[in-house]
Amino acid sequence: MKCNKEAVMLMHKYLDGELDRDEERRLRDHLQACPSCQNHFHELKRSITLIKNTGPVAAPEGFTSNVMANLPKERKRKNYAKMLQRHPILTSAAIFFILMFSGIFSAWNQDHQVTVSKQENLIIQSNTVIVPEDVTVNGDLVVRNGDLKVEGKIDGDITLINGDFVTDDPENELANGENYQAYASGEVHEVNQVFEWMWYNTKKFVSDIFSTDSD
Amino acid sequence: METMIKKKIKEVKKGDQSAYEDIVSFYQNKVYHICYRMIGNSYEAEDLAQEAFIRAYTNLSSFDERRKFSTWLYRIATNLTIDRIRKKKPDYYLDAEVKGTEGLDMYSQLAAEQALPEEEVESLELQSYIHREILALPPKYRSVIVLRYLDELALQEISDVLDIPIGTVKTRIHRGREALRKRLRHV
Repeated sequence: MKCNKEAVMLMHKYLDGELDRDEERRLRDHLQACPSCQNHFHELKRSITLIKNTGPVAAPEGFTSNVMANLPKERKRKNYAKMLQRHPILTSAAIFFILMFSGIFSAWNQDHQVTVSKQENLIIQSNTVIVPEDVTVNGDLVVRNGDLKVEGKIDGDITLINGDFVTDDPENELANGENYQAYASGEVHEVNQVFEWMWYNTKKFVSDIFSTDSD
Repeated sequence: METMIKKKIKEVKKGDQSAYEDIVSFYQNKVYHICYRMIGNSYEAEDLAQEAFIRAYTNLSSFDERRKFSTWLYRIATNLTIDRIRKKKPDYYLDAEVKGTEGLDMYSQLAAEQALPEEEVESLELQSYIHREILALPPKYRSVIVLRYLDELALQEISDVLDIPIGTVKTRIHRGREALRKRLRHV
């Protein structure tokens, strides 16, 4: 065995705790025969002992409180990105509502044409839908972006979106739903605000789901 | 102990800053020790150890909880210290040897606060001598020797802390040991 290379390498392997039994035996045999390697090995072990004996050094007093005092202020602001990651169901529900309401909102803004649900015998005159005197509308009536003037009868619900109820008789001011009730056998809805419009759509959406079940 | 630390880390991550205090007080000596042995003076060691804890706190969100916290923390501390050693301009410390003298440092120029028993002086002198010999090692050997023999980390852990292959860790430890052997053989 060459003293300088192999034996020294084995010594370090020994100090790393990585000698197998065969190598250990070879190292021991060599050390017994070679005083210079024995000395080398002894010096290595001794220097390690010396280093270890420098002992642990404790942190200065008040170290912990110093660190705590220098920490950045507690993060009150919640990390929204994290919150979204943590609650995927809530996130998808939120996105759903945002999309739904923005869709409804843009529909409210874009659509300015007078539309009326398909009913026969109705007259449409410049933004006013007229139900003639001798006509009885069977079923529900929906008027969008236009006023409604009823001279005849409506056998069902009335829904007015972004429009008013008008009448020829100025004294008989029809201000609220109760008065329209005279003309209709069903319920009367009037939707004139964006939020009402949204509420109306939500209700319709929900009732559509449940009515398809019952049909 | 690991589970207690893990629990505390979760609390800190949830925003409870006070839970960090237990983590600091648990690791303060270890971290300070690494910094002290590597940088060599207590003033800078305290500064570095403090910085390491503050960095660990601010970057806690990037800590992977499946891994060992101590490894991650030591890594921050050693990186900071190695950076400091690299940037360090030659400077004057009380620990430094006074020019033209042998073994006299600036501490010897200060009046001793109290007389020490002779044995204690001897062991303190030996310890500070060895401390200086460790500091005389090149930083890349110094860090592995400090982690291996003063903090008694396993080879694999040193490789994780310093982010170098385990083979490199072994080579550096071997060279560090040989260097120390030559320096300490006459003690």
